[in-house]
Amino acid sequence: MDIESIKSYITAHAPEATFDETGEWLNIIVESNHVKPLAAVLHGQPMQLDFLFCLTCVDYKTHLTMVYHLTSSKDRSINIVIKANVNSADPIIETVSDIWRTAEFLEREVFEMFGVEFLHHPDLRKLILEEETAIAVDEQKELVTEKKGYWPLRKDFEDPINMIKL
Amino acid sequence: MYNQTEIIKDTTNLGPDGELVVNMGPQHPATHGVLHLVVTLNGETIKKIEPHLGYIHRSIEKMCESLTYRQFIYVTSRMDYLSSHINNTACALLVEKGMQIEVPERAKVVRTILNELTRIASHELWIGAMAMDLGAFTPFFYAFREREMITDIMEDTCGARLTMNYIVPGGLMYDIHPDFQTKVKAFVKQFKEKVTEYEDLVTGNVIFQSRTQGVGTLSYEDAISYGCTGPVARASGVSCDMRKIAPYDAYDRVEFDEVIETAGDSFARYIVRVKEMNQSIRIIEQLIDNIPEGDFVGKTKNVLKLAKGEFYQRVETARGELGVYIVSEGATTPYRIKFRSPGFSNLSVLDHIAKGSKIGDLMATMGTLDLVIPDIDR
Repeated sequence: MDIESIKSYITAHAPEATFDETGEWLNIIVESNHVKPLAAVLHGQPMQLDFLFCLTCVDYKTHLTMVYHLTSSKDRSINIVIKANVNSADPIIETVSDIWRTAEFLEREVFEMFGVEFLHHPDLRKLILEEETAIAVDEQKELVTEKKGYWPLRKDFEDPINMIKL
Repeated sequence: MYNQTEIIKDTTNLGPDGELVVNMGPQHPATHGVLHLVVTLNGETIKKIEPHLGYIHRSIEKMCESLTYRQFIYVTSRMDYLSSHINNTACALLVEKGMQIEVPERAKVVRTILNELTRIASHELWIGAMAMDLGAFTPFFYAFREREMITDIMEDTCGARLTMNYIVPGGLMYDIHPDFQTKVKAFVKQFKEKVTEYEDLVTGNVIFQSRTQGVGTLSYEDAISYGCTGPVARASGVSCDMRKIAPYDAYDRVEFDEVIETAGDSFARYIVRVKEMNQSIRIIEQLIDNIPEGDFVGKTKNVLKLAKGEFYQRVETARGELGVYIVSEGATTPYRIKFRSPGFSNLSVLDHIAKGSKIGDLMATMGTLDLVIPDIDR
């Protein structure tokens, strides 16, 4: 499939999707509530994008952006990126772990680093960081209630022991 | 959260179905680092495995956000410390792609040779450690005899035996050592003579075969769905070698085969790695006599600045596909960096393939997944 037929196929299934071709690969930008239906379409025939090789999140200060990198095991020359903005104050998005099983661990990592909540995730818990991080417990409780500066990979994270900033 | 001391004290922990929760790690000889597995057992049968990570989490992604494009490469050698040259190559390639830096042919060829030597060294360590997990002590010494020659070559080239830093954006840090070609040729000669000893010691061993064949079988569909790459996926029949799919450096001009097995069990993963070592030797043999003369580093600016945009670079490390994703805002430091590490995805499949097998087989399954914990935790 070439880029133009991919674009027309996606437009047929998700009319609201916009495209960005400035980068190396085709970027599809959709609303956060359209990610799951689009993912199901791309995973099925005829696209068969069955290999999710990267799932991450970027903090743009005003909002968070979920980034999904997809390719097909049948034709590895097709690489497609899905992007969806989520609200940074209360980020919620539907999980894709039932479509690509690898997303289960990757979403857990995004959850603990950025605080994005994945709806219908089978086991949304912290994976890498323990509940007791370097922050003192009472201080941590304060941060959790304020929901501010608590997620380590966000730009507003206040590093309590000043280890990361050089 | 499970507290280790509590579980040992609490002998009434047996559930209604006779289930027992056992902590494996963080200090356990078979986890090769600080991996903590919480294993739920019914008798000797595994019901569930929950990995608990983060004992060696250094927040490399956040740290890289305050390091410049020349500095952040050195941190990546500490991720997958057995593939440090390959990690550095990934970062160098990404910066070169973002800034359109021309890399001299000499640097490309030397990088490819070093990457393949790193791959052999990593597989040598793995073959020794994995055989030791299964109770065979001798292969460890056999494997380290050859690995020692590679570490000596690395020491000559860049001064370090582990966590090597030699590959920089634009080419190489220094020119190669005058003895480089002679030493690599001596290594290739010795390796080709001695690799048959591994086959005699391990591959044909009845005990080894009965402990690995049919153990931890991973199907083709699951390997793709769980995002497995490298020898783990290739043992299940998935073609996923980045050196073939998107050739970088000098991989487009060398001949080698992508090793693919279809059984998907622990023995197939073992076979893939042994055969891969032979393919690496084949690549080195083609390049070692043809290192072009010329500069070892291209012309670069003193301060590296990537254009505003997003960049992604994939390479094949000894464990699978390493992806580096950088979001740049046009500054001297990355705005956001993400390392897609192969071990992370390969670990996520452990619960799926070890479920229902005996706890003794968990050693074989985990050993052949070839987990390096600093790579998973980052």
